[in-house]
Amino acid sequence: MSAPLTLFDKIWQAHEIHAREDGASLLFVDRHFVHEGSHHAFRKLAERGQGVAQPDLTFGVADHYVPTRGRGKDHAATTIADPAIARMVSTLEENAGKHGFRLFGLDDPRQGIVHVVGPEQGLTLPGLVINCGDSHTSTHGAFGAFGFGIGATEVAHVLATQTIWQKKPARMRIRFEGKLAPGVAAKDMALAWIARLGTDGGRGAAIEYAGSAVRALSMEGRMTLCNLSIEGGARCGMVAPDATTFAYLEDRPFAPQGTAREQALADWAELVSDPDATFEREVVIDAQDIAPIVTWGTSPEDALPITESVPDPARAGSASEAERIRAALDYMDLRPGMKLSEIAVDQVFIGSCTNARIEDLRAAAAVLAGRRAQVPGLVSPGSSLVKAQAEAEGLDRIFTEAGLEWVAAGCSMCVGMNGDIVAPGKRCASTTNRNFRGRQGPGARTHLMSPIMVAAAAVTGHLADVRPMLAGRL
Amino acid sequence: MAGWTRHQGLGVGLPFENIDTDQLIPARFMSAPRSEGYGKFLLHDLRHDGDGAAIPDFPLDDPAATGASILVARRNFGGGSSREAAVYALVDGGFRVVIAPSFGDIFAGNAVNNGLLPARVTEADADALLAAMPGDLAIDLDRCTVTAGNVVIDFEIDPVWRTKLINGWDDIDLTRAHEREIRDFIAARRAARPWAWPREVGA
Ligand code: SF4
Repeated sequence: MSAPLTLFDKIWQAHEIHAREDGASLLFVDRHFVHEGSHHAFRKLAERGQGVAQPDLTFGVADHYVPTRGRGKDHAATTIADPAIARMVSTLEENAGKHGFRLFGLDDPRQGIVHVVGPEQGLTLPGLVINCGDSHTSTHGAFGAFGFGIGATEVAHVLATQTIWQKKPARMRIRFEGKLAPGVAAKDMALAWIARLGTDGGRGAAIEYAGSAVRALSMEGRMTLCNLSIEGGARCGMVAPDATTFAYLEDRPFAPQGTAREQALADWAELVSDPDATFEREVVIDAQDIAPIVTWGTSPEDALPITESVPDPARAGSASEAERIRAALDYMDLRPGMKLSEIAVDQVFIGSCTNARIEDLRAAAAVLAGRRAQVPGLVSPGSSLVKAQAEAEGLDRIFTEAGLEWVAAGCSMCVGMNGDIVAPGKRCASTTNRNFRGRQGPGARTHLMSPIMVAAAAVTGHLADVRPMLAGRL
Repeated sequence: MAGWTRHQGLGVGLPFENIDTDQLIPARFMSAPRSEGYGKFLLHDLRHDGDGAAIPDFPLDDPAATGASILVARRNFGGGSSREAAVYALVDGGFRVVIAPSFGDIFAGNAVNNGLLPARVTEADADALLAAMPGDLAIDLDRCTVTAGNVVIDFEIDPVWRTKLINGWDDIDLTRAHEREIRDFIAARRAARPWAWPREVGA
């Protein structure tokens, strides 16, 4: 009998080309996604006079820098007004042309955020090792893949060799047992564990999410959960593939079909942790205890149920924690002890690779239908296909009739680098993943929450418990 | 990249937790070519107010910390985005070592790839060091120690990373030695799991 293995062990073993004595392993990379921000890596490659080893496993997406407004049908990078941004997008186009990899560029109907496009196109599959020069590559773990973000030096390495050196991370399992209450979503599950364990609670670990509440999640929900793994410090997050996964992948453009699918399904059935496999760390969370969560500070661990109040530094456990809370409240301009639901917002944002898939937009629209937003806001779908789908369902009209702006797909207001920003001192209720200082623009104040909670903030003009607004709607 | 074993330099304290990579370098600066030097972007929005004026009393701008090459901070330093530009900003800003109780995982890997040491110490040792900054420090990668005056503190670093820093290894060069293994691996995987190679329907 061989030793019991975790899902992660199985993927690791299947990709290990060479195990070095010092503990580093050379792993094969099945999919490599690049974006405009990968320019440092392509320059490193050019400096060495090297090409892309496996262009058929390399896919480019224009997302981080692309504008979300003024994009016509046949817009090219050259039509982008900001010259620095135009240069970023056209450099990616040049690299795709020169190295011969497929690019979902600005003019492609499948363009969108890399972590939305990969799964949507069936490029993300169970059992793969997936890299991208972006920390939220953990998202792809929702399919039972080992997806992890890498830096520019590593991107250059993957481009040149289709492999990556890795030390085996510790294995950790987070089990969500029981049933989520109505109005509670995958975003709340993620913020709940990060609030409990801290932003370094999963430090460097490979997390497997398990338990009945995880099994009950849709693929969209699993992607949201895995997406935020990095905010808890983990290398990756993953969910064992099951019938939900297999159904999602059916008929995706790049997913295996016919006999290839049959063979894949047989291989994928093996991708579960053996019953007595051991994890270095195991955490169990009661799903029914989770309430809709919002962040109040400048780190994703600064998260509390909406029914609670802003923490008081005077009650902190240590001097350094008190200092941290004080600095966060100062930046966020909040009073200790005030109720979270008293925090007035200036604007809202629905978008990003965390929460801009079709299910997220449907949920937000269900709350907004027939209601008016009290504050301005932006809705940016995760991909151009999600945009088309939402428009076919009439969701765009619900958003615009509520007073929100409906724009094109991209990273948009998640990251202050493409023109969509939150102005200095302004407060935004956001479906994104980082409430860091200045993340949405210099001086911007961000509160993270689920799409329906952002919808509730839009309708009331302040952070609010969405649950009473859901009657008859979800 | 040159390897190194010992470094002696001036340390400066940044007594905050969760200095994420968005703080180390705000996203809007990352389209600049590296040849410009990224040092001027380091911690830009913490060091400057909305009008671009320097914020008084920022530790890194203390005249007594001029020329510092070792940064001491609190837990979860470099969490967040995978942007290697955060490391470029530190390296171009003259830093060789960051000492903290914990690091963002991707940041630490990026640091090592650029010869920057992420040295992990206990919270108590970080506090003690912070109290002594700015001040002279000596780092020994062989023994994994930080010396401040006559106090010697142990730090932790993954052995793989330590070896890499000491030897100044370049991964692409190392991987070249495995070209044959890689080729064989790909052939075997492709034969056993053909579904893992993307094939567009209708293409
Ligand atoms: S949406 Fe935000 S978090 Fe996601 S890839 Fe884009 S910038 Fe990164």
